[in-house]
Amino acid sequence: MFARTSAVVFLPQCGQVRTMATLKDITLRLKSVKNIQKITKSMKMVAAAKYARAERALKPARVYGTGSLALYEKAEIKAPEDKTKHLLIGVTSDRGLCGAIHTSVAKNIKLQIANLTASGKEVMVVNVGDKLRGLLHKTYGSHILLNCKEVGRKPPTFTDASNIATELINSGYEYDTGSVIYNKFRSVISYKTSEAPVFSIETVANAETMGIYDDIDADVLRNYQEFALVNLIYFSLKESSCSEQSARMGSMDAASKNAGEMIDKLTLTFNRTRQAVITRELIEIISGAAAL
Amino acid sequence: MMAARFLVRRAIPALRQVRCYADAPGGGSQMSFTFASPTQVFFQNASVRQVDVPTLTGAFGILPAHVPTLQVLRPGVVTVFNDDGSSAKYFVSSGSITVNADSSVQLLAEEAVTLENLDVAAAKANLEKAQSELLGVSDEAARAEIQISIDANDAIVKALE
Repeated sequence: MFARTSAVVFLPQCGQVRTMATLKDITLRLKSVKNIQKITKSMKMVAAAKYARAERALKPARVYGTGSLALYEKAEIKAPEDKTKHLLIGVTSDRGLCGAIHTSVAKNIKLQIANLTASGKEVMVVNVGDKLRGLLHKTYGSHILLNCKEVGRKPPTFTDASNIATELINSGYEYDTGSVIYNKFRSVISYKTSEAPVFSIETVANAETMGIYDDIDADVLRNYQEFALVNLIYFSLKESSCSEQSARMGSMDAASKNAGEMIDKLTLTFNRTRQAVITRELIEIISGAAAL
Repeated sequence: MMAARFLVRRAIPALRQVRCYADAPGGGSQMSFTFASPTQVFFQNASVRQVDVPTLTGAFGILPAHVPTLQVLRPGVVTVFNDDGSSAKYFVSSGSITVNADSSVQLLAEEAVTLENLDVAAAKANLEKAQSELLGVSDEAARAEIQISIDANDAIVKALE
């Protein structure tokens, strides 16, 4: 005889039973959302203050940065296409809650690494900021050259940029060409993930238009290039930090608004529940009295 | 018809004899001067008459239509002569200067201050301290640092005297 396949319907004892939320539950939820709103509001104030300072500092830094890049534009120095060793410097920071700041830089870097390794070139990445390290080290850990921490707590200084550049030069990675990927500040509500080119000393020395520049020997050119690298890193740090603070301001503002909406909805639910409780008690009293 | 040909033939040599003056070099007599430090902009695309800079290969003055060059600065005084004849002096610690073919000059200094902000007594004290430290240190990197300090303080003292 065939055994009867008895489909055992297993009713879990502790299923998801939805009852009417009690007043206490709603009160707890309301209190916690109100606290969260206070926190996000204060984070927004802090980000706004830091953003104001960063934007003021960005003005001279922009003049400085564009001045440093001016040579490469005017001399139209371009990296030759067949170079094999690439360097990517991704500029982010250590702290989150700023929208898509870190992920946009990471996405750009991942795309470039994929393209470059597919065409057989060697790529190494310098992570400025812990967030970028977290986003890259699982899948592209072998491409990471340097990690920089403690970025973002205080406004970036020229000394920070100088330290990063020194470590990069001391690491001995002989890159042929490279770029810095950072978030260029456009306005309070918008930024753009941009790339600025990094040229090696050979590329600059061998560029055709460099012939018109007078009296340059290898030592001067090396000093000049190292200084230009620090300038570029400094410029990208300043732009990134300004973009980050404005993005954090925006995202904390949105969070506060969302929390405010939740509070409104919860307050309405609370009042409805309170009225329902009162009505129930009244009904019980009345029906109890009627039973007498 | 013959007359027309005559006219045409005579016209061509006439054109060839017209001479023009050479065009002024690109940029004319204007220098677009940008002088900035990471935290402060002193000049931005300004038009100035002359700039004197101290570089590792010596001090030289840059006028409009200077030959393009790249140089690295040494600690010293940068003097900017404006179009109206006035001049301004700044002390720079180090940096780079770029003169491009279109007569634009970018002077990027790591630190730059006006001379009023420097204290000659403090500079002299630092200079003596650095010189005495140099005698006692043998490590290459530390020697280089102290030498830099000596150069910078020496330049400050010279600039203020």
